[in-house]
Amino acid sequence: MSAFLALLKRDLTLAVREGAALGTALGFYLVVVAMLPLGLGPDLKLLSRIAPGILWIALLLAALLSLARLFEADHEDGSLEVMATAPLPLELAVAAKALAHWISTGIPLALMAPVIGLMLNLDIALTPALIATMLAGTPAISFLGSVGAALTLNARRGGLLLALLVLPLYIPTLIFGISAIGFAGVAQHGFGASFLILLAISVASMAAAPVAAAAALRLQMS
Amino acid sequence: MNPMQTLTQRLANPTRFMELSRAVLPWVAAGAALFIGYAMYLVFFVAPPDYQQGETVKIMYIHVPSAWLAMMGYAIVALSSFGLLVFRHPLADVSAKAAAPIGAAFTLAALITGSLWGKPMWGTYWVWDARLTSVLILFFLYLGLIALRSSLEDESLAGKLTAVLALVGVAILPIIKFSVDWWNTLHQPSTGFTSTVDPSMRTPLLISAVGFTLLFIALHLKGMQNEILRRRVKALRLAEVARGDRLASAGAE
Repeated sequence: MSAFLALLKRDLTLAVREGAALGTALGFYLVVVAMLPLGLGPDLKLLSRIAPGILWIALLLAALLSLARLFEADHEDGSLEVMATAPLPLELAVAAKALAHWISTGIPLALMAPVIGLMLNLDIALTPALIATMLAGTPAISFLGSVGAALTLNARRGGLLLALLVLPLYIPTLIFGISAIGFAGVAQHGFGASFLILLAISVASMAAAPVAAAAALRLQMS
Repeated sequence: MNPMQTLTQRLANPTRFMELSRAVLPWVAAGAALFIGYAMYLVFFVAPPDYQQGETVKIMYIHVPSAWLAMMGYAIVALSSFGLLVFRHPLADVSAKAAAPIGAAFTLAALITGSLWGKPMWGTYWVWDARLTSVLILFFLYLGLIALRSSLEDESLAGKLTAVLALVGVAILPIIKFSVDWWNTLHQPSTGFTSTVDPSMRTPLLISAVGFTLLFIALHLKGMQNEILRRRVKALRLAEVARGDRLASAGAE
């Protein structure tokens, strides 16, 4: 357990000290959201209606951008091989890295969403629901993404390939996230079943994704 | 040892697989041609037009078998991937590699015929309906498998990584299916060849489904044969280059 925490702390420290990764993801998030009204026209009613969807999709793309680097640096300098041969199972090492990605990217993006949502005339009453669904859904994005990052570690055109592999896997998260926000908009309090399913998807991917990602990494290092 | 085990073990020898598949392939191909030909005869000359849909109902005889084979294709890829990762069966990777493009082609055929059928019936080529969306996602998963395999130079590694992705896809397909089912629906549920379809249409549909399934098997066997031959040619070329290198270094001394 202490090795798990040490790895988590190391990855978070790296994310904070590098800084650029998070800044780039947030900047990308802002730019994508700013581009859409330019394409759709400045109709505030329309933007207010589709704001949760735009924010969710921009979040997926921004998180995807940073996932490509999840194992790359460790692979280049050899520390990934050290993790693979360490007493801590590689599955847990992968889980620590994915968790660090969630804390360093998923949470900041989720917290930024309502602020950027102001540009889209997002209904202020929806803000708690938006943040809650994003916090509940982003673990699934980080953990499922770790499988894609592990599979494309040695691939040519890795970044584009990662998007092709991982985006279809994000569909349930997106659908239940949006439907939970829709439910909150109608019912005033509580999110209903969609929010629980969203949590279930996140928990299931936290349990299953490290196994697949670790298998993929092992195949490439043996 | 049970007989199934011995059959898969016997097939693990590529030479024996080549012999067996060479013997079986002509029969499967001829059966596919016969069944599809007979089904097309029934479809165009015997089966009645639908009382509501008119002649457009004939699209069904291609659309339904394609949709079924789209799913069967993924099942074959997934089973082969399991065989590769768990049992390290030497032909499993060949089978998975051969099945993916065929499955993708049938998925695309189901999407295109469905789209052409949707225009006269629903008034639009595409709706964001649960069934259509989940088949589209199946198509994306196929594309992901093909793209991942082609992006790696080491073929054995590419096969294993693609197998991991195929198994992840199997785990997530039901979730995707349920999520889009709850989200939006227009497409009718499957009738499963049951009695709600009149025999005058059910019989040609069944024959067509059998014919297209045989076609899939024939294409899959041929694809596997080609892949085995391609690997042999590659191995021979590499051996030749290695021998050339040896001779050159011997001559230089």
